[in-house]
Amino acid sequence: MLSILFYLFATVAIFSAFYVTKARSPVNSALCLVTTFICFAVLYIMLDAPFMAAIQIMVYAGAIMVLIIFVIMLLNLGTAIKKRYTHALVWGGGVSVLMLFITNVFIRRGEMSGKVGDVTTQTIHNYGHTELIGKAMFTEFLLPFEIASILLLVAIVGAVILSKREV
Amino acid sequence: MIGVYHYLILSAIIFSIGTFGVLTRKNAIVIFMCIELMLNSVNLTFIALSRHLQNMDGQIFVFFVMTVAAAEAAVGLALMIAFYRNRESIDTDDFNMLKW
Repeated sequence: MLSILFYLFATVAIFSAFYVTKARSPVNSALCLVTTFICFAVLYIMLDAPFMAAIQIMVYAGAIMVLIIFVIMLLNLGTAIKKRYTHALVWGGGVSVLMLFITNVFIRRGEMSGKVGDVTTQTIHNYGHTELIGKAMFTEFLLPFEIASILLLVAIVGAVILSKREV
Repeated sequence: MIGVYHYLILSAIIFSIGTFGVLTRKNAIVIFMCIELMLNSVNLTFIALSRHLQNMDGQIFVFFVMTVAAAEAAVGLALMIAFYRNRESIDTDDFNMLKW
């Protein structure tokens, strides 16, 4: 059952991701990107990470996609005129297929090592995923958390300055 | 049974599709969306390995990747609007103001 679900959502994610790169109109690309994000959220739930799935829906499929679609509508972009970019297609396709091949080789040959922790599925069910993340973030990762707030502040100031009348 | 390898292969495929889009498209917003696709596939890798190693650190990393993606969306789209105001286009062929 779980594997059927995985293959279903993986197939939908791959096809909609491919259509993001092929769609003529940017709005179609954006809608396919939302489909991919939702499939990824389902995969996160299957990986015992429900908080990450909620954040994926809210931040990516909510905030970032609204921003992108808003900009598409603001700029009033039409569909792209069909031009032939044979060189770009050949080189881009070659590079991406090569990259896929190399990553496959590394994934098959590689040995997964790392510090094994104690967060099992049972622990997540007992304590709750959000609580575990909050505990890790406010004890062990407190400094990166504060730095992320500074990054967001810089992004807000940069966006305001860039969208003023004279740049 | 679905293991961690399936998730790694899936995210490799999505990452390659994102690379393909970045290298072949001309529209700057579509390139931006393909970069979001690549960031998402890395997030999937982080969460799959986090579950495999029974460790919470990967998911904290995903949180920070999402923060960076949100900041990038705000600044990048503001840049595109500023560029469109000057050039009436966001085609990457028109991004040649710094060319000597």
